[in-house]
Amino acid sequence: MDTFLQQIINGLVQGAIYALVALGYTMVYGIMGLINFAHGEVVMLGTLIAITSITFLIKAGIAVPLAALIGISLSVLACMALGWSLERIAYRPLRHAPRLTPLITAIGMSIVLQNLAMMIWGRNYMIFPPLIEKTQFEVAGASFTNVQVIIVTVAALAMGGLLWLVYRTRLGMAMRATAQNPAVAGLMGVNANRVIASAFVIGSALGAVAGVMVGSYYEIAHYQMGFMLGLKAFTAAVLGGIGNLAGAMAGGVLLGLIEALGAGYIGDLTGGFLGSHYQDIFAFIVLIFVLMFRPSGLFGEKTGDRA
Amino acid sequence: MSELLLEADAVAKHFGGVKALRDVSLTIRRGEVYGLIGPNGAGKTTFFNCLTGLYVPDGGGFVFDGAPLKADAPHQAAERGIARTFQNIRLFGNMSALDNVMVGRHVRTRAGVFGAILRDRGTRAEEDAIRRRAEELLHYVGVADRAGDLAKNLSYGDQRRLEIARALATEPKLLCLDEPAAGMNGTETEALRVLIEGIRADGVTILLIEHDVKLVMGLCDRVAVLDYGALLIEDVPAVVQHDPRVIEAYIGVPA
Repeated sequence: MDTFLQQIINGLVQGAIYALVALGYTMVYGIMGLINFAHGEVVMLGTLIAITSITFLIKAGIAVPLAALIGISLSVLACMALGWSLERIAYRPLRHAPRLTPLITAIGMSIVLQNLAMMIWGRNYMIFPPLIEKTQFEVAGASFTNVQVIIVTVAALAMGGLLWLVYRTRLGMAMRATAQNPAVAGLMGVNANRVIASAFVIGSALGAVAGVMVGSYYEIAHYQMGFMLGLKAFTAAVLGGIGNLAGAMAGGVLLGLIEALGAGYIGDLTGGFLGSHYQDIFAFIVLIFVLMFRPSGLFGEKTGDRA
Repeated sequence: MSELLLEADAVAKHFGGVKALRDVSLTIRRGEVYGLIGPNGAGKTTFFNCLTGLYVPDGGGFVFDGAPLKADAPHQAAERGIARTFQNIRLFGNMSALDNVMVGRHVRTRAGVFGAILRDRGTRAEEDAIRRRAEELLHYVGVADRAGDLAKNLSYGDQRRLEIARALATEPKLLCLDEPAAGMNGTETEALRVLIEGIRADGVTILLIEHDVKLVMGLCDRVAVLDYGALLIEDVPAVVQHDPRVIEAYIGVPA
């Protein structure tokens, strides 16, 4: 029983991170029909920039909380700038190209960013500096840490903020209108380029936040970490119905739970043949089943003809 | 200020070998209701699309409100004061009726992402004003009681009215209506006529594509006839109605 509760807690934390990253995929897809495969790399860069700047600030003698605040802000701003540049340099010139072209460009950008990170930070694992004193709590035989509580809380706040932005502000209204019909939104004075750029910038900011979470949760980071995280968040977005904000959130949390429970019980289920290090297979089993049986995802309305 | 609001000068548009518009030149005066008629496929909607920046003309151009129209993006045409509705209604179906009209206010408002996050007084006041104006417009076209419903759930006639409200929200100088009476019954058409008269009385110039001859002839100050992408005639309804070329274009035999 305590395995079950423990894995629910672990799954929620992992799921909150997937959800934040998945939002970056789903926002861009919802507005322009592009799967931005470079998004995982934005998250990775968010982690690495946070590590470098926080470590530097702490060595410079700045108090840890302040160093963390500045470092995280720097990471978020840098990722926003990166998201904006990606759109401007790599995708905007291909706005009217066939659908496959920007998709391949996205994969190319992913490779470019990964190698760039390797050149800057090297191939070794980086240590994420501890930001807060870790304390452990016990509830009904399961344990969790204050770091986990903070991750889930911040993720929930960020998602609430995003929903508010999209459904309650002028910019959000322009985003929804552009997602439904870019040409008509243009006739209402909505500048499609600006809306698309905003989607990249906001998605990248959420990605940077997720990157800091991943870093402080696992305490290590690596230039290749964005690949698997990106694929899983993409799976979460597809599971929820890509293009749908609530879907990405639910899909992320659900995927985190499926993975954690799968990892917790795979040993028992296979008689010890497969261990919990096989947890990665669950995300892709989910992806295959969703694509086979419900390609529009849990919250998707129409089975669209989009790539 | 010139009496002319819009001058189209030899506007041409080809699709492959098809000449959808052949050097169409016409002028629209401030405050008039200008009808654009012609058989199906004559190029009326193509003309609208060129004017509103959805198509880039292959030749010629527009002078709007005293300055050339550099409409290579739809939002620029909207900024200059041109709004339109569509023959096949194109509302944002999954947004509420009120939201649809509020999107139309976009072009006349400024608040960006930082205003949205900082919630300064100016941003809040602007958002309130957008909502109020949108509610007024819904009331004006007569769909105020459906404000909270998704646009796709409105009746056909209400959707047409909502589309007009959304276009009016951009504060156009020129309102282009593409077959607003299509699919309407007699009562609805009459209500539409009253609405268009009211919009004109408010000082908005109207360019109207319509097949309902009675509506066009009763409403328009001047009418232009397109046939195979070329302008046949531009004159007052009484003259156009009896022009042999127009009758030939519609009936297909020399009169």
